[in-house]
Amino acid sequence: MSENILEIKDLYVQYSAGKDTVRAVNGITLSLEKGESLGLVGETGAGKTTTALSIMGLIPNPPGKITGGEILYRGENLREKSEKEMRKIRGHEISMIFQDPMTALNPMLTVGDQIAEVIRLHQNVTKAEAFQRAKEMMEVVGIEGGRANEYPHQFSGGMKQRIVIAIALACNPSLLIADEPTTALDVTIQAQVLELIEQLKRKYDTSLLLITHDLGVVAEVCNKVAIIYAGEIVEYGTLAHIYKNPSHPYTIGLFGSIPNLNETVTRLKPIPGLMPDPTKLPEGCAFAERCGEACEKCMKGAVPYIEIEPGHMVRCTKFAGKEN
Amino acid sequence: MSTLVEVQNLKKYFKTPRGLLHAVDDINFKIERGQTLGVVGESGCGKSTLGRTVIHLHERTDGKIFFDGRDVSDLSKQELKEFRSHVQMIFQDPFSSLNPRMSVSQLIAEPLLIYKTTKNSAELGKEVGRLMDTVGLARRFANSYPHELDGGRRQRIGIARALALNPEFIVCDEPVSALDVSIQAQILNLMQDLQDEFDLTYMFITHNMSVVKHISDNIMIMYLGNMVEFSSAEEIFKNRLHPYTKALLAAVPIPEIIEGRKRQLLTGEITSPIDPKPGCRFAARCPYATDICHQENPQLEEAIEGHFVACHNVKEINQL
Amino acid sequence: MAAIKNKKQAVNASSNEVAVGGHGQAKEIIGRFMRNKAAVFGLVIVAFLLIAAMFPQLFTKYDPIAQDLRARFLPPSSEHLFGTDEYGRDIFSRVIYGCRTSMEIGLVTVAISCVVGVVIGAVAGFYSGVTDNVLMRFIDILMAIPNTLLGISIVAALGSTIPNLIIALSIGSIAGYARVTRVSVLSTKGTEYVEAAYSTGASDARIIFKYILPNCLAPIIVQATMSIATTIMSATGLSFLGLGVPPPTPEWGSMASSARAYIRDYWWLVTFPGLAIMTAAFSFNLFGDGLRDALDPKLKT
Repeated sequence: MSENILEIKDLYVQYSAGKDTVRAVNGITLSLEKGESLGLVGETGAGKTTTALSIMGLIPNPPGKITGGEILYRGENLREKSEKEMRKIRGHEISMIFQDPMTALNPMLTVGDQIAEVIRLHQNVTKAEAFQRAKEMMEVVGIEGGRANEYPHQFSGGMKQRIVIAIALACNPSLLIADEPTTALDVTIQAQVLELIEQLKRKYDTSLLLITHDLGVVAEVCNKVAIIYAGEIVEYGTLAHIYKNPSHPYTIGLFGSIPNLNETVTRLKPIPGLMPDPTKLPEGCAFAERCGEACEKCMKGAVPYIEIEPGHMVRCTKFAGKEN
Repeated sequence: MSTLVEVQNLKKYFKTPRGLLHAVDDINFKIERGQTLGVVGESGCGKSTLGRTVIHLHERTDGKIFFDGRDVSDLSKQELKEFRSHVQMIFQDPFSSLNPRMSVSQLIAEPLLIYKTTKNSAELGKEVGRLMDTVGLARRFANSYPHELDGGRRQRIGIARALALNPEFIVCDEPVSALDVSIQAQILNLMQDLQDEFDLTYMFITHNMSVVKHISDNIMIMYLGNMVEFSSAEEIFKNRLHPYTKALLAAVPIPEIIEGRKRQLLTGEITSPIDPKPGCRFAARCPYATDICHQENPQLEEAIEGHFVACHNVKEINQL
Repeated sequence: MAAIKNKKQAVNASSNEVAVGGHGQAKEIIGRFMRNKAAVFGLVIVAFLLIAAMFPQLFTKYDPIAQDLRARFLPPSSEHLFGTDEYGRDIFSRVIYGCRTSMEIGLVTVAISCVVGVVIGAVAGFYSGVTDNVLMRFIDILMAIPNTLLGISIVAALGSTIPNLIIALSIGSIAGYARVTRVSVLSTKGTEYVEAAYSTGASDARIIFKYILPNCLAPIIVQATMSIATTIMSATGLSFLGLGVPPPTPEWGSMASSARAYIRDYWWLVTFPGLAIMTAAFSFNLFGDGLRDALDPKLKT
């Protein structure tokens, strides 16, 4: 019964910046089943957004380029689709919510028109029908349909993000990619938006790829987690695998860096150093330089991606030979 | 312990085309020397305005400000310059708060040059070097420009600049919000070390509940210009008395697996802080609101020893 | 500029001091500029035009105003590269010498209008309020008068000489500088680093000269480069109408104007001055565009 909606196999994306090549994504492999929600967690520059844009076929080219791998959506390779075919998929089959609701809406159009526009692009309906559907969508995300004739600036930040969600869900997509959907919002509003995303996901059985840096948000919404570092997945597993048994030194470091609300710690344990320059990635493990457990093996050669318990993958030499 | 900063009935209103915006409305607090006051609230609650008003970056509308026992509410130009050598600020965005046309060493030297604290360039260089060491900035970056550095290093420049004049009091406005978690922890640890080393007093403004708990001695919760709850950090996380504090803390996503997690959601529209009507400003979103909440401003009262709350129904809600 | 002050090694290994300075952003800006091929192409032509304006005798042996009625209307040849005009003057030589007139008008006009405009704009932006209102309404009035009309009336009233032409064109372009400067002063004034400077106790003067102006220079420099092209065009335009540089001084606009009568029979009379105008405007625009991209810190990674 487990049907993979999305499968990414060994994806490589590069950006050229003058003489240098930024290696943003280096061999990412991921899969997402129907109705599942996967949290893609990582820091600035880890390649989260690049991965999302690759799925949407929106990597700006130039300077960006997918240099290898496959992106399978319902078994079809999206990389082989023409721009025209991709346009049909975007917004209809796969939708994306962007981080900043302030800039994702067109200030010159009413919110109703903006939702109706997506519906009209993908479905064969009249203008009036589309507008009616738009109003219904607004009710779904908890805004009075009567406000469809208002402009974005008349709404608060949380309301705008609801409208962005309404646009993303208007055509009932099978896959929703949410790129830091609540980062720009206050916590009380964030709670409302997360609740909304969850409810709608249950209602429409949408699969969700949630991109965030906030391990707290992932714990609330997702059932699978992928930790991404320097363009590679370093750890992948279910929520329980990652939160109960974090195994990659980077994942452990991330948890140690967050002050905990429920416990009192006098000193945090930060990860020393910085993420490597993506134009000069080291040989071997990209995290080795900052890792307390690094040894010679980490400095060269490919790092094995090991299944340490069923469904729990870790990219670290310390587990070599301890495969499940 | 002695009180370093005290604020009495501080008000800051802004004129807007639609009316008077009550950004900071009648706030009182004291900070003891060497301690940290955490100021928490959501965007638009006036926490940044409060911090800026205390150090005269905004001119107050009404109220009194005391620094080290001295009334500093009204200062002449000369007194203001003197005052500013004792109080400093660390800004949220370490990029936009650094002049892009100045190098790291020039940025750190700037306060020293303004106050002419060093006699010659050799002494200036020595002092800049010392500051860079203090905040953990490698000296090879002395001639670099902010845009060549990452967020963590930029924030270290901001901290070095704030420390240059040996201030006693530093207002930190969301100093780690723009940073990645692993870098955020490095900066928080640095700020704690500096506090111990130089006996600094912090006013730490943030929207991040776990960060504020980690770093503060006392915590003030603000909502639309009002202080709604004040107590020691430990106490406030144990006993959340104000309905807004309860909602705020419940909304923070915790990076743990919690079975049967249920969200407490606030409903209702946020009241406008422009020409507010009398009554509790949280009443429109408060699940416990009664008639009196819509009519009278609640006063800040000591509900439990050392724990102040501004809520008409605090006793009923918490069964005190 | 200011950034090239300190090129020596920052850290003296033996001592405990840090040399307070920067490694120079100029190098970086030049690097970005050099990567832009169109801009470099523009720069090369601009450089050539400037050299031609300064040392025209290097390029031609003919006197641009010497008439030779036996050699009228000669087509382009190895002797006369661009041919000769109705008085037998060498067109190539006149185009080269015309460069001097055009550059002189362009550069002096830009210098005058830039200084006046920047001062007005900076004062208006920094002191806002009433000062801002009064100054900017004055600028609005300037903008309400069509430039060519203003030029025509000034030159017509004062007589067509080069200084009068420069005055006329300068008044016309002050408004652009004032507005560009005011806007960038306003936006720089609101930045957090200016607030940070206030919080460390910096004086007004220090803030204007160390924080605001250096960050406003880029758009002003770009505006100046771009408006050299427009000024040259306006000047040639006025000359074409007979209101610019008086004959026989070689000037592209008046050359094209007097060649109008012969356009059917002797194409080279009007073509070469026209090409010169086009090349000058084009190269300054390319150069200005490249400069903007190189100076704009938003494009930095």
